[in-house]
This record gives sequence, C-alpha cells and structure tokens, in this order.
Amino acid sequence: MNRELKRITILVFVMFLSLFVASTIVQYAQAEALANDPRNSRTLYESYSVERGPILVGGEPIAYSQPSDDDYKFQRVYANGPLYAPITGFLPVNGEATGLERSLNSYLSGQSSTQFFDQLNRLISGQDPMGASVEVAIDPVAQQAAWDALGDYTGAVIVTEPSTGRIIAMVTKPTYDPNSLAVHNSGEVQDTYQALLDDPSDPLYNRATGGDMNPPGSVFKLVVTAAALESGQYTPDSTFPNPAELTLPGTNSVVRNTDGGTCGGGAQVTLADALRLSCNIPFAELGMALGDDAIREQAEKFGFDSEFDIPTATEPSTYPRALDEPQTALTAFGQGDVRATPLQMAMVSAAIANGGIVMNPNLVDQITAPDFTPLQEFQKSEFGRAISKQTADTMVQMMVNGVENGAASNARIDGVSVAGKTGTAENGESDPYTLWFTGFAPADAPQYAITVLVEDGGGQGQEGFGNGIAAPVAKQVLEAVLNK
Amino acid sequence: MTDPIAPIASGSSSSTGSPNSAGYPSSTGSPSSSRGGRRAARAAGEPTPPSGIRRIRLPQKLRNLELALLLFACAINAGAIVLVQLGALGAIDTQLILLGAGLSALVLALHISMRFVARDADPFLLPIATLLNGIGIAMIYRIDIAEGDTGWDSAAVRQIVWSAIAIVCAIVTILVIRNHRVLFKYTYLSGLVAIVLLLLPLVPGLGDDHDGAQVWISIAGVMNFQPGEIAKIALAVFFAGYLVRNRDSLSMVGRTFLGMRFPRARDLGPLLVVWALSMAVIVFQRDLGTALLYFGLFLVMLYVATGRLSWIVLGLSLFLAGALIASQVLEYVGNRFANWLNPFDPARYEAEVGGSYQLVQGLFGLSNGGLIGTGWGQGRPDITPVPQSDYIIASLGEELGLAGIFAILALYLLFVSRGFRIGFAGQDDFGKLLGVGLSFVVALQVFIVVGGVMRVIPLTGLTTPFLAAGGSSLVANWIIVALLLRLSDTVRNHPRLVIDG
Repeated sequence: MNRELKRITILVFVMFLSLFVASTIVQYAQAEALANDPRNSRTLYESYSVERGPILVGGEPIAYSQPSDDDYKFQRVYANGPLYAPITGFLPVNGEATGLERSLNSYLSGQSSTQFFDQLNRLISGQDPMGASVEVAIDPVAQQAAWDALGDYTGAVIVTEPSTGRIIAMVTKPTYDPNSLAVHNSGEVQDTYQALLDDPSDPLYNRATGGDMNPPGSVFKLVVTAAALESGQYTPDSTFPNPAELTLPGTNSVVRNTDGGTCGGGAQVTLADALRLSCNIPFAELGMALGDDAIREQAEKFGFDSEFDIPTATEPSTYPRALDEPQTALTAFGQGDVRATPLQMAMVSAAIANGGIVMNPNLVDQITAPDFTPLQEFQKSEFGRAISKQTADTMVQMMVNGVENGAASNARIDGVSVAGKTGTAENGESDPYTLWFTGFAPADAPQYAITVLVEDGGGQGQEGFGNGIAAPVAKQVLEAVLNK
Repeated sequence: MTDPIAPIASGSSSSTGSPNSAGYPSSTGSPSSSRGGRRAARAAGEPTPPSGIRRIRLPQKLRNLELALLLFACAINAGAIVLVQLGALGAIDTQLILLGAGLSALVLALHISMRFVARDADPFLLPIATLLNGIGIAMIYRIDIAEGDTGWDSAAVRQIVWSAIAIVCAIVTILVIRNHRVLFKYTYLSGLVAIVLLLLPLVPGLGDDHDGAQVWISIAGVMNFQPGEIAKIALAVFFAGYLVRNRDSLSMVGRTFLGMRFPRARDLGPLLVVWALSMAVIVFQRDLGTALLYFGLFLVMLYVATGRLSWIVLGLSLFLAGALIASQVLEYVGNRFANWLNPFDPARYEAEVGGSYQLVQGLFGLSNGGLIGTGWGQGRPDITPVPQSDYIIASLGEELGLAGIFAILALYLLFVSRGFRIGFAGQDDFGKLLGVGLSFVVALQVFIVVGGVMRVIPLTGLTTPFLAAGGSSLVANWIIVALLLRLSDTVRNHPRLVIDG
C-alpha cells in the first residue's frame, strides 16, 4: 500500500508543481502581455487609481492627477489642454489612451520594471503607490509661438534641435481639449469622442506626425537634390534643359513650372537655380536620370519608410515602390504617391543642418521617480548618416539662397541667415493645395529646424502658395525662438 | 484487511477495561471520571498511572505547537481584515473584527476539545484550515466592500456565520466520532447517503439552477446548499470501506495483457458504476468539475487499495472517452474546452453564453497582481464575475500576487501531505485509505479549481476548499479537517504505546 501511496504523493506533487508553474507563467512571464491587452480594463483603472505621475514642460505640469471622490480616486487634469494635446494625448476611462499617456503609461502609472523596488518599498511602508514624472523636451516659448503663428490654419508646426533630435515644439490644428475626454463618465467620454471623430476637420489627428498623409511637393526636392549630389554625377552647377513644358515619356501628362514659364532665362538651368526657384521641369528630368531606386534609397536614409517612436508611435512617411519613368518624374518634385509628415521633413532639414547625420526624433528628456531619482535620461541617438558633410554644406548654401533670393523669400529674418525650402503640393484636379515650409536657422550654426504644414490651401484653395502662407508662419516661430 | 485498531491502551495495564468504544485513551481507568477530578487527584498527589504513559501524554507538545500556530493564524487573519479595511475603506470598522474574533474563539474551542479527545492529532491541520478560512473571509469581505454589500447582503457576514456552523460541525464530529472504525460499519449507508445527496438537486422543487449547473438545492428559497460537497465525504468513507472489504478480489484475479494484469469483467462492476455516476453528473447536473472530482477520488483510492495500475489505465480511458464524447455532444462542455484552448479569440471572449470572458478577466486580474500583488483592497478583483466563490483564487492572486498564490498553494500542499502522513503511518487499512482519500479529494479539488483558473485544464465550477464563499463547502471541508484530526490522533498515539508497552 505504501508503494502506491508514494506514487500518489508524487502525483499530487506534480499536480501542484503544474499550478506553481502555471501561476508563474500567468503572473510573471505573460503579465506584461496580458496587461497590454486592450480588453484589460484593470490596466486602465490601475492607471487611474495610483497617483499618476505628471507630464512636465519646463518644470510646469501640463498633465497631472488630482484626488477625486469617485471610483477612480484621481482625476487627470490637462493644463492648457488644446495646446499640448498632441504631446500628452488623453487617458479615457473607457477605451485606449493616446500620446505619451499611452506610450509612457508604465512609467506614469508606476508599473515599469525600473520602478519595481520603489513600489515594493511603498507597499511595505504603506505609502500610496505613485507614478514617475515625465519631463518633455518641449520648450513652452517655442510651443506657444508655433501655436500663435499657425493661427486658424489647418496644419502643423514642428520645431526640432538638429544636433540632438529633441522636439521642442509640436503643434497641430484643429485640436481638442483632452480634459473633455478625461471625465469620469464613460457615456460622456463616448459622446465627446464620437463627436470629435465625426468632425470633418478631424481634430483628433496629430498632423505633425500623421493624420492625412500629404504629398510633400517641392520640399521633397531637397531629398532629390541630396540624391543627385551624393551620386557624384551632379554638382550645383550641373545643367538641365530648360523648356516651359515637359511631356512625360509615353504619356500625355505635361509638367509645368509653377509660374508656367521656363526656369529663369536661358536654354539651360543649373541644379542650384532649379532648387532656388523651385522649378518642376528640371527636377522631373533629374528624377528620371537618377531613377526611382536612387531617390528611394536617399529618402530611406533620411527616414522615409521607417517607423519612429518618439516614444509615441508616428506614421512612417513613404516613397512608393516599383515606379516607371513618368511616375518617377512626378515623385522628383514630391507629387505622385510620395507622402510625408512634417516630422519627416523636419528630419530632412535637421540632417542637412547637422552635417548630414539624421538624429532620432525624441519628445522626452527625462523620467524621474517620485523620490527624484532619475529612472531614464534620454541620450541623443543617431538614426544614421543620410549625406556626406560636403553635400550637407553645399545644400545649406543652396537653401540659404532659396530664402535670400529665391522661392522661399518670405522666411527672411533681418540679421539672421535662414535656410529654407517651400512646397506647394497638388492633391487633385480641383482640391486645395497643401502648403509647406521646411528649413533651419541660423544657417551658419543651426539651432532650430522647423517644418510648417498647412492643409486645405490655407483657406485659399489653389491660390495660396508655400511661400505666401507657410513661410511667414516659420519666420514668426523662428524669430520667437531665436529672440528667447 | 489486516489490523483493526488495537485497543489504544493495550500497554497501560488493566485500567482500560471500560466500554470506551471510541478508543479514547482513558488513563485513569474510569471513563466516567471527570477531567477536573483527575486534575484534583493529581494535585493531591494521589496515585497516577504508570509513569511510562504519563511522560508521553502529559506535556501535550503537539497541542502547544498547534496553539502557537493557531494564534499566529488568527493574528494573520485579523491583520488581513484590518488591511482590507484600511485599503478599501480607509478606516477601521470594528463590527467585522468582532465577528472574526468570535470565529477565533470557536477555533480555539475546537483546539481545547482536542486537548481532551484527540491529544495526539496532527498540529498543522487546524491552523492551516483556520488561516485559509480567514484569508477567504478577508477577500470575500473586500469584494463586499467593492460591491457595496452590507449587513445580511454581505457575503462575508454569511461566510462568517457558515464558518461558525462548520467549525461547530467539526467540534461535534471530533467529539462524537471517537474512533474512525465506527465509519467502517456504515460503509454501505455512506454510499447510499452519497447517492441521495447527489440526486437531491435533481428533485423538482428542491433543485436550484445556479450558473447553469444543477448542483444546488434551495430550501424555501432561503438556504442554498450544495449537497455534492457533503457527498464527497460520504463517498470517501464508502470507497474506503468498500475497497478494504473487496480489495482481494479486485487485485488478485485477472489476466495479464501488455504486461499489466487486467481485472475480470465481473470485477469491473464498481468502476463502471462510479463511471456511470460521474457521467450522470456531467449530463444531468452539468457539472464537469464535480464529476472529475468523484471519479479521480475513486481511481486513486482504488489504486492505493489494489496496487494495480491497470485500474488507473482503464478508469482514465473511460473518463477521457466520456469527457471527449461530452465535449462533442454537450454544448457547455464543448464551450469549456474551446475557452480553454483559445480564450483570447474575440468570438469566444464576446460570446454571450459560455464565453471566455470570466477566464480572461481572471487572467487579467492575476497578471495585474504580478509578483507581489496590488495589496489588500488595492486591486480590482470585482471586475471578474463571481470573484468571491469560483474565482477567489484569482482575486487573491491579484491582491497578494504570485507570492500570495505560492503561499496559499504551499499551505494546501502541507495540508494534503499531513493527510498523506496518516496513510503512510496508519495501522489499519480502512484508516489509511480514508485518510488518503480525504486528503486527496482536497488536493484534487484545489487542482481542478486553480488549474481551471490558471488554464492548466478546462475551467469547471468547483469551490476552492476553505477559501471560497459557500456554506456547504465550508461545512464539508471542516468535517474533513475533523476526520483527519481524528485519524491522525490514532496514528500518532498507537505505535508509541506499542513501543512503550
């Protein structure tokens, strides 16, 4: 009997061992995956019931939690909500969070692995658990200037530091008030959210990093110019035939320059002039000569077709695949199926300003535990080298010319040399244009790179141009940040 | 069947000629002499029993250890309730603490009874049961707070009352059953009782369909009872008695096939009857867990009694075949299997009936607890359906973390191993088998419930012993505690006296 009993004892031990293993799998190995399941309402409640850490701009909270008397224990408050909405995002009681509230949730709610011992300590000492605070790279002066400069336009402004990739301003309009989505009434949140979704102006879009993906238009010529110079076969003085019309091979499509004429005078035009005056025909010719593979390769070195988490996820900008010659010609001046975000174009300008090196864009400076020990400091990091130092220097000069006596003249600032490029992209036969400006200042020692996007033609349909609408916005923001 | 329990005091001279059928170790020679009388006699320096016996008997080391552990368990339980109040209410409410203190008093009463009638009983069983019961009450109370139930709506208050009833039942059991051999006489009566208890929920007017399973009876709509819980004790007694009587024919005869000796067809009767019973439970009561529990209990006891692996092979094949057919034919069994395999499939998760919502929410709760848990009153166990009964282990895992789950499982394991100890050390086969059966039924029940919650096996509705809200389960498990205490008492004092004599 005892022999059988021994075996049954082993059986019981095996049964319990399986329970030990299973509970370890559920509560340890799979815990993170289960916590991230969108159906897990506990993660949400949890994120409310601990005193969630604040999100700070220049030491001042733009999102913080204050005690409330209801089930959720804390009410999330967004100071200056609409201004910072694309950065903070919002934390609804039902549904998924967005922005940093989502991407840094584990830190803000105190659940990250680096906070384990801190939370254990708090548990034992009977203190309420508390989340870490997040200091963002945003400069309040730059953010406010960008907000004011964009005015009532539909679009976005993004300002970065070329040498670090820090994003110091990110504005999108129209926008929403995250406070209206943080109320502790799921019905109300649902209604507000639905109204925002149904709003034809799409206020929930962050147009700086995604939203309606726009064709970049002429600002993409920077990428094509870079590809040309990097190929070694072209210099700024290389010349192209200068007709007033170009019929694309094998089609009836006709390419014209913006003003309908030739690009300056003469039968030939240099690359430098073509960029300065932003002519389409020479770039179409250049694009066909380079081929789509060379352009795509250059675009991808700048960050196209890559996803960047800043740490909030962003939409990748795209350069189309497998193009024929006419399609390639269209992409060479940023039409066709090229799509870019202001963030991506800011990275192109910043890379030119930074001697050719693309820095990974980043919104967060530091994460600090409630006891003020730093949990994570963000170090600048390189995405890679897009162009040589020499190409970069050449392009800086070409872009400065564009502002000083070219198509981007409205970005001129007295006493400061500004490098820039405008864009006016077509969306369809009769649709309003998308207007762009991308550039940096001061050109000789770049501190700030800026990209402005204005959708819907800035309210002027097909009458408005990048230089008329987007460049002044950039100028106003650059003046504000340079005069700080 | 070898050895009925030898007269306990065989070595202690003629003084035990009394009609003390319970085998109660009367060292004073007269069963009628009161305790007080003995103490007085000792104080007066009157003649005492032979010194050999006295030296072993008097210090009651085991009971003192038990008392220390018991006080420790009560302190943890009180601490748990206070922490729940601080965590969930932010204040201390004395009413529930007083009720808990009442329970502690009852447990101590059980302890004191044992000082008189079961001095050598195992010292760990009672503190473990107390601790688990108390932690369960604290968690049920915590969920009451979350759901806003107070007074008689409060499941915790009802649980405390049921705990009191259960502990009183345990005291009565240990006082009345002085010798477990009494149960041997009632082998077939126990079998009959078990069948009747199992059939009760199917009686029209008495049965109460609860969460789809026909395992409840409702008396006047007020008292709900799960007779199947009590039935498992009756079954264990019946199996033990039956197997001890018939083990020879079950183990000796048969023919060898594939290296195993298989029983004769006519000896298959009992196995087929229990199998049919389990299948009936699956089909008519819609209760997979209970069926698995009964059948597993029977198989293990059959194996221990006969030592024949072929029984296990036959039995398991029969049960698996039955379960497989059931999973195809019966929708609720099919759903259980589908939920087990693909709980996160949206179709299963969102299914209105028989979906995996509960299972998945339980996993979310457990993962929310992580390694150290959220702390008492800090988690959200109330999101999961029935967090205080079937899912109490998930609730505890959420607030006490993996550490808490390990501690609770370790307590169960210790409890079961103390029960198995009876099986190893016991002198009579009936006692051995009963001890093993009763402990194994606890182990298997924990495995079925916790394994279901943790996705080791398909989820089936069973109560977690001692922890889960539910009167019948508490009463049944406390009676198991009393029986194991009784068995361990005979096991412990028996060999010593033989050596002594």
